[in-house]
Amino acid sequence: MSRVKDLQKNLFGGTTSNARQFGMIFTLVAIVVLFQILTDGLTLRSDNLIALFQQNSYILILAIGMLMVIVAGHIDLSVGSIAAFTGILVAKAMAEWNLPWPVGILFGLAIGAVIGAWQGFWVAYIGVPAFIVTLAGMLLFRGGNQFIGNANTIPVPEGFRVIGSGFLPETGPNTGYNNLTLLLGLAGCIAVVWRELQARRTRKEMNAEPIPMWISILRMAVMVGVLIFVTLRFASGRVGTSFPVSGIILVALVLVYSFYTRNTAGGRHIYAVGGNSRAAELSGVKLKRVNFFVMMNMSVLAALAGMIFVARSAASGPQDGNGWELDAIAAVFIGGAAVAGGIGTISGSIVGGLVMAVLNNGLQLMGVGTDRVQIIKGLVLLLAVAIDVYNKSQGRFSIIGSLTRPFRRDTPAAPTPSSGAEREPAKTTVAG
Amino acid sequence: MSDVPILLEMRSITKEFPGVKALSDVNLVVRAGEIHAIVGENGAGKSTLMKVLSGVYPYGSYDGDIVYKGEVSRFSDIRASERAGIVIIHQELALIPHMSITENIFLGNEPRKNGAIDWKAANRQALELMARVGLREDPDTLIKDIGVGKQQLVEIAKAFAKNVKLLILDEPTAALNEDDSQHLLDLLRGFRERGITSIIISHKLNEIEAIADRITIIRDGHTIETLDVKGDGVDEDRIVRGMVGRELHSRFPDHTSKIGEVFFEVRDWTVRHPISAERLVAKHSNFVVRRGEIVGFAGLMGAGRTELAMSIFGRSYGVYQAGTIVKDGKEIVLKTVADAIANGLAYVSEDRKAIGLNLLDDIKTSTVAAKLSKITHHGVLDQVEEYQAAEAYRQSLRIKTPTVDEGVSKLSGGNQQKVVLAKWMFTDPDLLILDEPTRGIDVGAKYEIYGIIQRLADQGKGVIVISSELPELIGLCDRIYTVSEGTITGEVARQDADPENLMKLMTSTKKMQTR
Repeated sequence: MSRVKDLQKNLFGGTTSNARQFGMIFTLVAIVVLFQILTDGLTLRSDNLIALFQQNSYILILAIGMLMVIVAGHIDLSVGSIAAFTGILVAKAMAEWNLPWPVGILFGLAIGAVIGAWQGFWVAYIGVPAFIVTLAGMLLFRGGNQFIGNANTIPVPEGFRVIGSGFLPETGPNTGYNNLTLLLGLAGCIAVVWRELQARRTRKEMNAEPIPMWISILRMAVMVGVLIFVTLRFASGRVGTSFPVSGIILVALVLVYSFYTRNTAGGRHIYAVGGNSRAAELSGVKLKRVNFFVMMNMSVLAALAGMIFVARSAASGPQDGNGWELDAIAAVFIGGAAVAGGIGTISGSIVGGLVMAVLNNGLQLMGVGTDRVQIIKGLVLLLAVAIDVYNKSQGRFSIIGSLTRPFRRDTPAAPTPSSGAEREPAKTTVAG
Repeated sequence: MSDVPILLEMRSITKEFPGVKALSDVNLVVRAGEIHAIVGENGAGKSTLMKVLSGVYPYGSYDGDIVYKGEVSRFSDIRASERAGIVIIHQELALIPHMSITENIFLGNEPRKNGAIDWKAANRQALELMARVGLREDPDTLIKDIGVGKQQLVEIAKAFAKNVKLLILDEPTAALNEDDSQHLLDLLRGFRERGITSIIISHKLNEIEAIADRITIIRDGHTIETLDVKGDGVDEDRIVRGMVGRELHSRFPDHTSKIGEVFFEVRDWTVRHPISAERLVAKHSNFVVRRGEIVGFAGLMGAGRTELAMSIFGRSYGVYQAGTIVKDGKEIVLKTVADAIANGLAYVSEDRKAIGLNLLDDIKTSTVAAKLSKITHHGVLDQVEEYQAAEAYRQSLRIKTPTVDEGVSKLSGGNQQKVVLAKWMFTDPDLLILDEPTRGIDVGAKYEIYGIIQRLADQGKGVIVISSELPELIGLCDRIYTVSEGTITGEVARQDADPENLMKLMTSTKKMQTR
């Protein structure tokens, strides 16, 4: 095999990767570079990167939950309203009952869990389509927010604001950088190297063809390089700033949920239900439990996102979370999830969300009005999915589809219109 | 021999699908005003022939001629054949449940006045048509509110609205009870007196013997013979011989089962249909399986074999009414599929693409999907073990694929079936229920699957094979139960099994005498 082919096959070769996801990584890099040029270097400045993360962490947190909902074959339209409803309840609880802010956060998560149980009950146990349940939830909890807050804005205490606009403290020797951010970056680099070695060992245990050493090194070098660059950017901001707390929460959630969806039976079950619910059921998957879990989990994450937003804007208001559901859904689909369920990854959705975020941010830096930003975002969503659908229908994969395992993105051998007729006897699924 | 004019002649019809010759040189002659029955085993080609006739497969997609009323017809679609007066009523009725009888009768054929539907005329005509088929109902009643028997009558009324000359009924009584069936057969006799010609496809040989004038037998896509019921003195045995009269080749690996003790027993198993509460899909069924034994379940389409199997497999079909399962001397209650798997049951479904596999998965993910707990340690899936398990099955079952990372949708039917078998072997079952394990796969792969089944039995597992192919059951099984209309009608040991006695039991409706 030639070196170029080796590279193509292995450079991005996590086995759960898929073509659109890598297409999106390229797109993300391209967009970042483009705006970096167009904005004369504003895009990658420390303060802008920090703002970018703070402004989008809650959408990306929603995208994590939304990915699981969509993979399971559902949709959740209520996340924005749930975020707003939770925000106002937590703000009011802290204001009127003098709840300490950590208790306030737990209270908010509990509200999310209760709302999630409510929605999950209708979806999983009664069988109402999630579209309807969450459309109802969207109205219900938006109204709830305005009912409880009298359509007013309620401020939140200083301590609470940490989760939305807080930074890591400055400690240790004066290095000119934020030391804790540097430590985080270092931990990230070690994790990258450790994972690569782990992957090599796993392949060895499987007796699989080993990845050439130079590719492993190249891959590690690229990722470590990116990490170092980003770390230095975040660490070198104005004194008192660092990688934001909301960003840390996001990264932790991404790691935990990526692990859950990839490496646990529960995660597998979500993909199984979305891929073929009847087959999953006949394999012993508890369909109702899985559906209940994804809906409930989504609401808990929505509650968290709502609190982070409230913390960042220092107050809860009646218009919080408007349209968030659409941003989260767009991120998931741009990130390579299938509308019919069964396909998609957390990391893909995050990349999809970042593409939208950078686009948004870059256009704003250039002074483009929100009207035109919306138009452009709409077209990007349509285009991203359309290119993928078109490539699939042509039997090709995304531009760089050859880099990845082709079948993940393959159309499952869909029954052709005549195939039912070809098989005689044309049995229904349960005919003896 | 007869001076009755010929209404329809199908001359040497040949119809091929990619890789399969469904019909080969089939001839059919239907005389005006007769009731002509077409019989044959599942998959013999009856429905394909009717689809050719009714234009579902348009002119040009088959070879041969359809001569109708003395002219060669070239139907381009169903509407063309309907205009000529040929109307087919399928086993699955094509009615819209939430529309009224009148609306259904005239669907796509609405009487119009000034561009709008003339409901007055429609209702009047509907009443006339309903009277002709003996249906007494308010024409505004919704289809979902009348029984299956009456729905069948609405279909026939709909055919009359299209001015039918040749009525084709595909398994018209399969879903009907005794009374409704009788009514329908009487109706067909009435049509014959009024000069309407009918073609009826049915598995119920007693009905055919009672009603048909002539019978054409199709086997493996060929016309075998046309019998004159009165002239030739035809009885059920004669028909069965024609249907199954093929020789058995040595299509099975040599094998002698080492049969042990009874370890699995189902008693008085009764299940009702998930929707229509009065229909029982399994009626007081009793059967046993011994260790190391391959047990067959024979039955015609709709006999209730799959329903029986799935209802036992964690109540995954229908509503449980009564019955017990005894395994290794202990009664077990299997309320969910997870219970069934935990108790050592495995069910390989008949439709691997629709309900057997997640076609988005790769081979290794599919292999472990039914027992993830086996590769989970401290809550984490061990992907090395997953790979190793899949790789072991790839080798032992000879799944043809470069790697187990391949998507299952890329595999051929035979290899997909092997993945499904691997998936269930991975659960370490004691009893495997294999529903049509060789459907849609080629002869070579069939041979391999038979070998796998025999190996499983040799490991001391019990294997139940549900199959519509009698030669397969006779060649593979140590013992065969016959099922008809949800009832186990017989039990035949391997040495006594032949297609004729099985077919007779499969078309009987009498419950097996408990020994």
